[in-house]
Amino acid sequence: MNLTGIDWLLMAVYFAFVLGIGVVLKRYVKNSSDFFLAGRSLPAWICGLAFLSANLGAQEVIGMAASGAKYGIATSHFYWIGAIPAMVFVGVFMMPFYYGSRARSVPEYLRLRFDEKTRAVNAVSFAVMTVFSSGISMYAMAKLIQTMHILDGPFAKLGVSTAWTFHVSILVSALIVLGYILLGGLTSAIYNEVLQFFLIVAGFLPLVFLGLKNVGGWSGLKHQLPAAFTHSWQGMSSAHTNPMGVDAFALVMGLGFVLSFGYWCTDFLVIQRAMAADSMGAARRTPLIAALPKMVFPLLVILPGMIAIALPNPAATPINPSTGQMQVSNPGGKGLIPVKVDETTGAPKLDSNGKPILDYDLAIPNMLLHYFPTGILGLGLTALLASFMSGMAGNVTAFNTVWTYDIYQSYINPNAKDAHYLWMGRVATVFGIALSVVAAYTASRFNNIMDFLQLVFAFVNAPLFATFLLGMFWKRTTGHGAFFGLLSGTMAAAVHHGLTLPVGASIGIKGGWLGAVHAYPSEMAQNFWTAIWAWSTCFVVSIVISLCTRAREEKDLVGLVYSLTERPSEEHVAWYMRPAVLGAIVIGIALVLNLIFW
Amino acid sequence: MGLDIRTPIGLMFCVFGLILTIYGFLSDRVIYGRSLGININLIWGLVLLAFGVSMLLLGMCRGRVVKK
Repeated sequence: MNLTGIDWLLMAVYFAFVLGIGVVLKRYVKNSSDFFLAGRSLPAWICGLAFLSANLGAQEVIGMAASGAKYGIATSHFYWIGAIPAMVFVGVFMMPFYYGSRARSVPEYLRLRFDEKTRAVNAVSFAVMTVFSSGISMYAMAKLIQTMHILDGPFAKLGVSTAWTFHVSILVSALIVLGYILLGGLTSAIYNEVLQFFLIVAGFLPLVFLGLKNVGGWSGLKHQLPAAFTHSWQGMSSAHTNPMGVDAFALVMGLGFVLSFGYWCTDFLVIQRAMAADSMGAARRTPLIAALPKMVFPLLVILPGMIAIALPNPAATPINPSTGQMQVSNPGGKGLIPVKVDETTGAPKLDSNGKPILDYDLAIPNMLLHYFPTGILGLGLTALLASFMSGMAGNVTAFNTVWTYDIYQSYINPNAKDAHYLWMGRVATVFGIALSVVAAYTASRFNNIMDFLQLVFAFVNAPLFATFLLGMFWKRTTGHGAFFGLLSGTMAAAVHHGLTLPVGASIGIKGGWLGAVHAYPSEMAQNFWTAIWAWSTCFVVSIVISLCTRAREEKDLVGLVYSLTERPSEEHVAWYMRPAVLGAIVIGIALVLNLIFW
Repeated sequence: MGLDIRTPIGLMFCVFGLILTIYGFLSDRVIYGRSLGININLIWGLVLLAFGVSMLLLGMCRGRVVKK
């Protein structure tokens, strides 16, 4: 790909602003609360957009477009079922306890509500997870820069071998994220997330516009794709009649309830954004405000994927070569989606039926190259890079907070001055990013280790929401109940995974290592059912053990449990600012969207 | 917080908008073959410029209210 000076200029402007925000904010960081909690001083709309943007990492933009190309509009279930209800729930029902308890992190809430051991399990697993997620983001970005040959031009001019692309990409992205977090802490990360939100919209909206115009609008797209691609609920009654291989029950319970609530309601990465809000009302509105753009994001990320697969093979329609720009050529692929190529041999990868496997992850990058001339291409690429960086930065800020408050201050050095913890937060930022770099290189050398780790994280996360639900809404839940519930839930996830296998997969990382007794029609179905089993086990075990152990005194639970906490007063709040009203509006729109794309 | 986020957002999009608009005027029409013959740099540059200016204005109005 040949980027011109104008593309590089746009990218440079973005990086200048990202670091500039950090520099300006530096003088407002005076204590650890400023650094880790943005001084609890931000208005709801800023926290809301950051809440959304922190989750807009590599998995989101690239992954959802890939899924759009693979499964069509049914991918929107990850938004309308798999995010919106949970976002409304956390805002309306759970935020009063997170924000009201004055806990500085999600693990700290567990400490206040249950006990030290429950916090320790959550803090340590979360810290490890954030480092690896940020490493995976970094790895994916470097890989993409390599695949798209973004740095080939300037490297050729400088006489540097393109073998350095991967290293330079990792180093530069790590330094930029390090720079702005070190300077401005969470405020800087949040401000940049808001900036990135607008940038992603600005970069992808013209892409959707051009793509839709090209295929003849939504009706043209419908015409060129199989019916299952443009109807989100058609064929969902059975796992065998839809491209995802999932039935409606597994979808609603596994994705819509267990996985989605487990992420949006308990993951400190997003909750931290709401905790930075300047008041209880603002904290509760944060996820609700985030839900509004979240609902229309399918248009921005799923539609390009669908257009990419619907286009006639572009190899047959060459673009004027006199512009000096490379055209997308795609032998053997479908639409703009190329065939996956084996990195060592260069030969196309084939599945067990001898058909070539498509590399869906290239849907968005190839759409950008196909439709964007130089100029706006720089903007689109910058938006793509911004999405990777916001994913990384979100993980790093969550890591440094949990490390400093929940691990360092709790177990290593409890009685230091506040300035010491502020210093520790900066140190944690440096080694958090250094560890992410290590994780990124590990991912590049041993792909299976990453798959394995993500599997373990899935086991750890699946039961979490049961613990929080019981903790917040049933005062009888005890620390022992929560702790052993979590452990047994994680075990249940592992056992379920060990006993089942998706159809066509071989025993190992995909499951069946305890002897496959059940086959699921798809990997997604297996994941959803693993989550359902883990959640149910944790729920039941927590209740049983809680009933067998001594309950905590009620006066210790005020502000932590629903039945013992005063409802926040809403008398003086305008109707459109009330969380329940906003939540109802959000759910209403989500319903309408589901009906439109039924 | 001392820095109103609308100021950097507004400034950045004004710069983006200006660069794209100017480039849209100067660039050779032939590069717009891929964007279906539409001068997307010019159009989108103007849109971003408008967005940037309105962000700046919003930030300034808000600043005045706080001062009063």
